Amino acid sequence: MSFERIREKLSILADAAKYDVSCASSGGKRKNSSKGLGNNTGMGICHSYTEDGRCVSLLKILLTNHCIYDCAYCVTRKSNDIKRAAFKIQEVVDLTINFYRRNYIEGLFLSSGIFKNADFTMERLVAVAKKLRLEENFNGYIHLKSIPGASDELMREAGLYADRLSVNIEIPTVSGLQLLAPDKKHEDFIKPMEKVKNEIIQYKAEKKIIKSTPRYAPAGQSTQMIIGATGESDQEIMYSATYYYKKFNMRRVYYSGYIPVLEDNRLPAIETEVPILRENRLYQTDWLLRFYGFSVNEIFNKDHKNLDLDIDPKLGWALRNLHEFPIDINTADKRMLARIPGIGMQSVSKILQARRFRKLDWSHLKAIGIALNRAQYFIVCNSKDFYKKELSPITLKNIIIKSTHSKYKKHFSQQLSLFT
Amino acid sequence: MEQQTTLLYDGSFDGFLCCIYMIYDEKIKNPFIRRESEKSQQLFENIEYVTTEKQKSKRVWQGFILKTTRKQQLDIFKTFLSEIKGVENTLFKYIQTVFNDNTKYLTDYGNKDILKISQVAKMVGREKHRMEAFVRFVLTKDNIYIATVTPDFNVLPLIIPHFKDRYADQKWVIYDVKRNYGIFYDLKTVETITMDYFSKLNHSISKEAYADKENSFQELWYTYYKNVNITSRKNKKLHHQHLPKRYWKYLTEKRKDL
Ligand code: SF4
Repeated sequence: MSFERIREKLSILADAAKYDVSCASSGGKRKNSSKGLGNNTGMGICHSYTEDGRCVSLLKILLTNHCIYDCAYCVTRKSNDIKRAAFKIQEVVDLTINFYRRNYIEGLFLSSGIFKNADFTMERLVAVAKKLRLEENFNGYIHLKSIPGASDELMREAGLYADRLSVNIEIPTVSGLQLLAPDKKHEDFIKPMEKVKNEIIQYKAEKKIIKSTPRYAPAGQSTQMIIGATGESDQEIMYSATYYYKKFNMRRVYYSGYIPVLEDNRLPAIETEVPILRENRLYQTDWLLRFYGFSVNEIFNKDHKNLDLDIDPKLGWALRNLHEFPIDINTADKRMLARIPGIGMQSVSKILQARRFRKLDWSHLKAIGIALNRAQYFIVCNSKDFYKKELSPITLKNIIIKSTHSKYKKHFSQQLSLFT
Repeated sequence: MEQQTTLLYDGSFDGFLCCIYMIYDEKIKNPFIRRESEKSQQLFENIEYVTTEKQKSKRVWQGFILKTTRKQQLDIFKTFLSEIKGVENTLFKYIQTVFNDNTKYLTDYGNKDILKISQVAKMVGREKHRMEAFVRFVLTKDNIYIATVTPDFNVLPLIIPHFKDRYADQKWVIYDVKRNYGIFYDLKTVETITMDYFSKLNHSISKEAYADKENSFQELWYTYYKNVNITSRKNKKLHHQHLPKRYWKYLTEKRKDL
């Protein structure tokens, strides 16, 4: 292969793929039983980090950035005047194998613009995965994008070779989608999701009876939503996310702050800042829902449609529910311990184990590593010394913000001064 | 208080276990374990030299395995590999707790030794994980993939299973230039080796030894790395937090000469 040409293609097609934030390489187990190349231990590895601090774990590229569609939020859209390129199937296979052997990556994340039609495109993505698995004996991670509208047969084949499949819903609301991607239908997104979900359910059922049932997308499916392109509220976003988690058994929903790349009067202006802080708060909320036992209607209600930017969502919830506090570290159950601001799940399990031996006081809690600057106002422990003053939520919030050094401080210093 | 006895050993894990053997065998009351290469703080010491014998270390370890979980065994080994000064003595107390049949106390994170071991093991675990991430193999003319590293802790023994399993069909070497030894996989087993090729001054494989397309793939990787960056999201602090500068010299994508 001509090295210079490959290099040019790689720069174009990596550049076009980078707006998909998913980089997970975890969740799917694949053993290297035949002394082939690679394994997938179920724990993703970040082999590097970009200068914006994102994990680089997969070779994430488009097969091509030719596209017949014209979605407003996408750099690859038909009407955008950019350089186009396309990889050959074998080129992608060679790059993947050679990067993998040097320990640069965990595997491949292959997506594509849509050329000709959905099936034609999907067929080629599947061909790459098939070659890697069958010809190269490759057991590393493969994530394929499901092309909206692809046929059930192709989606079934895709899952036999890929660890994960994803369709990016991109726009959280149906009306937003209509506005920005008028020639795409909502059902086209849903159809492959539905198929993948059903295949996974079927695989699990058959596996119980027939051990040799071929594995199907062991790392499940995920999706991504662009944040801040169409004016939706955090509540709408998280309700959509909850819907996708429940309805399609999503492993992950990703939130990607909209990066203005194109001039278009339906979209935020080109100089708009990327809503990185908002994105971060949404991820925190996602964690609260998936691991901390919160339900979405505890975090949002009709008076509270958007997350606070200046404090994390758990603290926000606590301040709105001060009547639940203080919580006694030495007696509270797991569910309540998990709700204390400044205490993560790891600390929760350490507390549960340590308190079987003695009553815990401040020094124990400090050693265990909980963030006392936030937690101290919400707990009592084996000490007479605790926070007794009755405080209004707003005063408490300000005290806590002052004692916390947030990496995002510059974003809200102005708001802060309004309260002091 | 009874006089302290200093047990000197060779720095290996087996040697350390032999110290434990001796403490129990000779009923030493107030032991202090130290590796030979470490300087002493005290003027007068009552010194015992411990010789490393496989059967003795094996007996201690087997006794330990019977009473502990796999995670606890790993934590002990990891903490030992931290090479932190005096860590042997914290480990000894832990092992004593086990041999006194008090294993239920091993989850008592209110106890400072137990907490310390869990924290150090975690630190070492993090370094292990980093090595699994940041090793960059270079393919040489001999058809061997070689990487050099200088980990903060002595983690090569911990990463063997990962690399052996993952790169089962290629020969590879991972070399710790700081501790001057490496691990070599020859398609069957992994062995410990030392190589004269590397020295304090020569940390990496020279270009003359590269295989045919090696340089091209390094450049392609570099191209890829440059192109996945999103400038409008730049966050230097976060970048350095995830990718501390001391690891950069081994990362192909961070090398200046490409
Ligand atoms: S179909 Fe996909 S690649 Fe094509 S313009 Fe729409 S989002 Fe972009």
